[in-house]
Amino acid sequence: MEIDPFIFRLSIFILSIFIGYYVVWSVTPSLHTPLMSVTNAISSVIIVGAIIAGLAGNSDTIFNTSSIFGFLAISLAAINIFGGFLVTQRMLAMYKKKKKDK
Amino acid sequence: MLSANLSAIFYLISGVLFILALRGLSSPETSRQGNFFGILGMIIAITVTFLSIGNFSTGFVVVLIFLLIGGLIGAFIAYKIPMTAMPELVAGFHSLVGLAAVFVAIAAFLNPEAFNLGSSGNIKLGSLIEMSIGAAVGAITFSGSIIAFLKLQGIMSGSPITFKGQHPLNALILISIIVLTYLLCSTQSSNLFWILLAVSFLIGFLLIIPIGGADMPVVISMLNSYSGWAAAGIGFTLENTALIITGALVGSSGAILSYIMCKGMNRSFFNVILGGFGATEQSAGEKNKEQRPVKSGNADDAAFLMKNASSVIIVPGYGMAVAQAQHALREMVDTLKKNDIKVS
Repeated sequence: MEIDPFIFRLSIFILSIFIGYYVVWSVTPSLHTPLMSVTNAISSVIIVGAIIAGLAGNSDTIFNTSSIFGFLAISLAAINIFGGFLVTQRMLAMYKKKKKDK
Repeated sequence: MLSANLSAIFYLISGVLFILALRGLSSPETSRQGNFFGILGMIIAITVTFLSIGNFSTGFVVVLIFLLIGGLIGAFIAYKIPMTAMPELVAGFHSLVGLAAVFVAIAAFLNPEAFNLGSSGNIKLGSLIEMSIGAAVGAITFSGSIIAFLKLQGIMSGSPITFKGQHPLNALILISIIVLTYLLCSTQSSNLFWILLAVSFLIGFLLIIPIGGADMPVVISMLNSYSGWAAAGIGFTLENTALIITGALVGSSGAILSYIMCKGMNRSFFNVILGGFGATEQSAGEKNKEQRPVKSGNADDAAFLMKNASSVIIVPGYGMAVAQAQHALREMVDTLKKNDIKVS
């Protein structure tokens, strides 16, 4: 008997939940904000869905209602990707060991 | 054009990179590397999506243009923003993810043929459920983040806004969301889909307004977790493993992070999330006390901070004498001195 592919996706989903659960337990308090900002940046992986939505459909009509929503979603997610990672970078730069002038 | 199997493997790689990113961010030494892994994972995910569609026509150019517009805006904000405005920035960014999730769900609902989800008005039941969940959670993330943003910016009062019958109302709306989802699945009516979205926006507002300003970081992290679940819901609809893995990762890690933050601030997790429950019962004096953000540290943190300092002043107090920590302190001072740090 074949297993429904949905079950595979469900297994991936559940296992990922557990990974997410364990991976952040040991975070130090001073890194809460950068971690939040990086998870935020990562959550904009929704752009994958947005690109699919933007490019899906027949090729002769680029702009239909459905794909326009996709394009808008791409822009929103892109703001988040660039903004999120750059801001994290900036925050982490403050943690860099200061260069001693002596 | 990339085969479905190959792109699934690349999505897996980007998923692993995201896990490494989260892992890296939990310790100061590896944090920058973690951020790098995150960027790499994102680049792989986007590139693979392009390749798997394999349609390098005008549509591709349009996508690139939109991507660049968003990217430029994002980069501009990231460079301009003052470091003190970080929490509201993250809140603002969340609202974008939520809105993006809603848009993707709308796109899938309007044009299900393009996603192999059946035809318009006759969408596969499972996909429709997943889509509704993704859209509803995305909408909640959006409106909730907007409120969090306004509160942190000071545009809206940071104090909890509560009114009578708030909790029954919220419960009612939550139940109506479930009922609407059920009706949507049985009738496939697009009107119900829009009503579902509107109601979800509303509940997002209502859930966040009773929460005070000091608890906002927890709320932001919670909303972060919601945006993850929304992404996972959409991932199921689009049968896309990258979205499922990452959505679940962000969803659970966001939830745990907000729990950890609550513990760090000595706040009850459920009080914060249910919002206003605790606040209404407290006296005014206590309320003021609660509004102040508290920061707690641990040994790791202290060591890290001191390692970066060029000079450290130690003020021994009664607590140290009670704890008999003089020897431990002496050892710490020696280590610090060895690292070329002035101790007095």
